[in-house]
Amino acid sequence: MIDINNVSKWYGQFQVLTDCSTRINKGEVVVVCGPSGSGKSTLIKCVNGLEPFQSGTILVDGTSVGAPKTNLPKLRSRVGMVFQHFELFPHLSITENLCLAQMKVLGRNHEEAHNKGLQLLDRVGLKAHAEKFPGQLSGGQQQRVAIARALAMDPIAMLFDEPTSALDPEMINEVLDVMTQLAAEGMTMMCVTHEMGFARRVAHRVIFMDHGQIVEDAAKDEFFGSPRSERAQQFLSKILQH
Amino acid sequence: MTLNLNWGILLEESATGDGPYWTLLATGLQWTLATALTGWVIALLVGSIVGVLRTLPYRPLALLGDIYVEVFRNIPLLVQLFFWFFVWPEVVPQEIGRWMKQDMPYPEFITAALGLGWFTAARVAEQVKSGILSLPRGQKNAALALGFSLPQTYRLVILPQAFRVVIPPLTSEFMNIFKNSAAALAIGLTELTFQMKQMVEYSNEVIVSIAAVTTIYMTLAFAVNRGMAWLEKKARVPGMIGGGR
Ligand SMILES: Nc1ncnc2c1ncn2[C@@H]1O[C@H](COP(=O)(O)OP(=O)(O)O)[C@@H](O)[C@H]1O
Ligand SMILES: [Mg+2]
Repeated sequence: MIDINNVSKWYGQFQVLTDCSTRINKGEVVVVCGPSGSGKSTLIKCVNGLEPFQSGTILVDGTSVGAPKTNLPKLRSRVGMVFQHFELFPHLSITENLCLAQMKVLGRNHEEAHNKGLQLLDRVGLKAHAEKFPGQLSGGQQQRVAIARALAMDPIAMLFDEPTSALDPEMINEVLDVMTQLAAEGMTMMCVTHEMGFARRVAHRVIFMDHGQIVEDAAKDEFFGSPRSERAQQFLSKILQH
Repeated sequence: MTLNLNWGILLEESATGDGPYWTLLATGLQWTLATALTGWVIALLVGSIVGVLRTLPYRPLALLGDIYVEVFRNIPLLVQLFFWFFVWPEVVPQEIGRWMKQDMPYPEFITAALGLGWFTAARVAEQVKSGILSLPRGQKNAALALGFSLPQTYRLVILPQAFRVVIPPLTSEFMNIFKNSAAALAIGLTELTFQMKQMVEYSNEVIVSIAAVTTIYMTLAFAVNRGMAWLEKKARVPGMIGGGR
């Protein structure tokens, strides 16, 4: 589903990604972790073309992201993305947030978009908030709406970039629950997160990044059982202490 | 010293032969309104386009926007008006230049409205740009990630927020354009300040003339201020403070 082959990227002289390769199969849940600044966000943004990269290839469902003739908006409309800071559109109501892209990008009519939006809002447990504005919801609620907004596009895969790291602790689980349910339904997911409990429960594979490189790419049990690299061991011991 | 204010002069027949003095001022007000409002429409349109250009990820377009702002903001308005009125018709192809000088209707008004519009557009562009840059960067990415094209991203996500942010600074630009329209008297537009000078000259009632026109300018400023405050209130979104985070 997502094929990342030897991707390298530079910001000027600074190399952010070095020769990254991995593959995420249909229905697979892959957690990406690693220290801050290791290039996790950059890598995940390369997958839907929000960041360009200078060498290597990324194929999403067979479409090459970096190819000049690729219709990026079309490709992006098929890949859902959830951000650390939710990024709901603050000038639009929750319902409008859910409907806008369905109508303007997919060309669905208002009723269709509305029904779909409300159905997903119900699924994330927020139906009662349909007519509110993002600024009137808590962080956890906003992030659940953001997930519903991405799902409304019927994506073939979902990308999460630290979806819970801007949340107060008591709100983290409500978001992880939605993600867990999504994984159980077979959604293909690439999740940058430091929630190792979630990774243990839900992930099939764990990728560990450091200094722009994929240092470890292992099945979950293998990763948590005996990570091969010293860096990953250090990282895990630090993160699991909390 | 006693101030002998003869307010009655406003009702007296003017020596210009155009009716009572108050009609002189009324004509001036009409031209001031027409010039400022036309100029404002141009300023909003051009300024929004230039402001957006300056935030685009295409260097040449952004540079073009930057140059526009630097040129139009840094040359005195009066010089710009003189340029458009006296120099421009000589620069353009002869045919067009002749038309401008001889057949163009209301040449002072058209020149003033356009000149004021271009000038104010540079200031509007500056506000629009900073409004756009004040939004969280993630908003653009979120819109693109949903599959919106870049034009859709601006139209549906970025500009509706940016304009809300810039209503207060735009209010003062809108008020400024009424004041700045007085510069058009230099190219002979019979706007309010021009008419005030006329009235002073013919009636010798300096204080009444200036007081009357001052009152009119202040009323205009007040109306713009209230109007924009109303707009800001209309555009306010629950839970959204200024638009940024
Ligand atoms: N626009 C940019 N220009 C220059 N350097 C950047 C830019 N964005 C990110 N970086 C750098 O790239 C590295 C990787 O960043 P990022 O992918 O955000 O890391 P992570 O998500 O793992 O914390 C960091 O060192 C960061 O400073
Ligand atoms: Mg990051």
